[in-house]
Amino acid sequence: MLDASQGTGRHAVVVGCGRVGSAVTLRLQAAGWDVAVIDERAETFQRLGEGFTGITVEGHALDTPTLVEAGIDRADAVVVATNGDNTNIVCAQIAQKRYGIGCVVVRILDPARAALYAELGMRTVCPTTAAIDILSDSVMSHTAVI
Amino acid sequence: MYILIAGGGKVGRTLTHELLKMRHEVTLIEQSATRYRLLEEELEHVAQHGDATELMVLERCGIQRAELVVAVTGDDEDNIVVCQVAREHYGVERVIARVNDPRNHDLFDLLGISPSVCATTSIMRLIEHELPDHELVPLLELRREGLEVVEVQLGDDVAQRQVSEIPLPEGARLIAVLRAGASDIAGPETIVRPGDQVLAIARSGLEDALRRALLT
Repeated sequence: MLDASQGTGRHAVVVGCGRVGSAVTLRLQAAGWDVAVIDERAETFQRLGEGFTGITVEGHALDTPTLVEAGIDRADAVVVATNGDNTNIVCAQIAQKRYGIGCVVVRILDPARAALYAELGMRTVCPTTAAIDILSDSVMSHTAVI
Repeated sequence: MYILIAGGGKVGRTLTHELLKMRHEVTLIEQSATRYRLLEEELEHVAQHGDATELMVLERCGIQRAELVVAVTGDDEDNIVVCQVAREHYGVERVIARVNDPRNHDLFDLLGISPSVCATTSIMRLIEHELPDHELVPLLELRREGLEVVEVQLGDDVAQRQVSEIPLPEGARLIAVLRAGASDIAGPETIVRPGDQVLAIARSGLEDALRRALLT
């Protein structure tokens, strides 16, 4: 892993500073990315701790001035992980279609919508599907041993 | 026609009643349990409870055979997703969406959700129409076609001239000249005088160029 001081010169925008968004932000920063994180509620930025050196922008995921302040027009990657599936779906499309960002990754909790938008060309990550797979696999591999 | 409506607020509820009166088959989907119970009392099986952005809910409501989907919830993201899912996944050809926040209007266009209706924008248009000093008033916007019909109020300082003498931008045409309650369909030789109202059609984005051509 690169040291943050080296920097990769790459810029990422993370939308949603919950448990997932804040952790992704810190991990990207640790890998040398320059990261801007957006959330509607400023208190969520506390999750980032004192080591965070990027910018925080308080605002809504679909709000143009907010996205621009976070530097979406020069972003190399956008990670969308607010707690609203439909907000994430729309925000990801803004990043793809309006700003032409090639690497847009979006969290969608509903497996059906995650699958559908993946079919439509979106890079979706569905933690629910992952949990279902892991949980059922764990049970099956355990009982196989018994 | 079988019509699916997402969102049982004032707009959705009224639309449902009107469409039923017109003998269409309608299903109204409402997410809030409290509001759904009230709707179910008056609409019975026409009202259904659930999140209209969930595929299972849409399928339970028969989206596969819907000919029109109307998304009028109070949430713009939900309205966009309802329309996208209906069109992309279930092949519903006709969708209509409500825009709650006028700042999101161009988003609906960007994502190809058309037609979309925004109450605030419409009321603003009407207000602009009533304001006497407003030079250029959009009357009708054909978003999908990228055309706009506008009305331009000429000042008292413009020169009297023939339509053919006006340096209109490429992509704009005059339709009619209105004066003292009468109207003339605009041809190349139609005379435009100070104080006239002019109707024009133009490609979107040409409003300023059109205004300059007419007012200077």
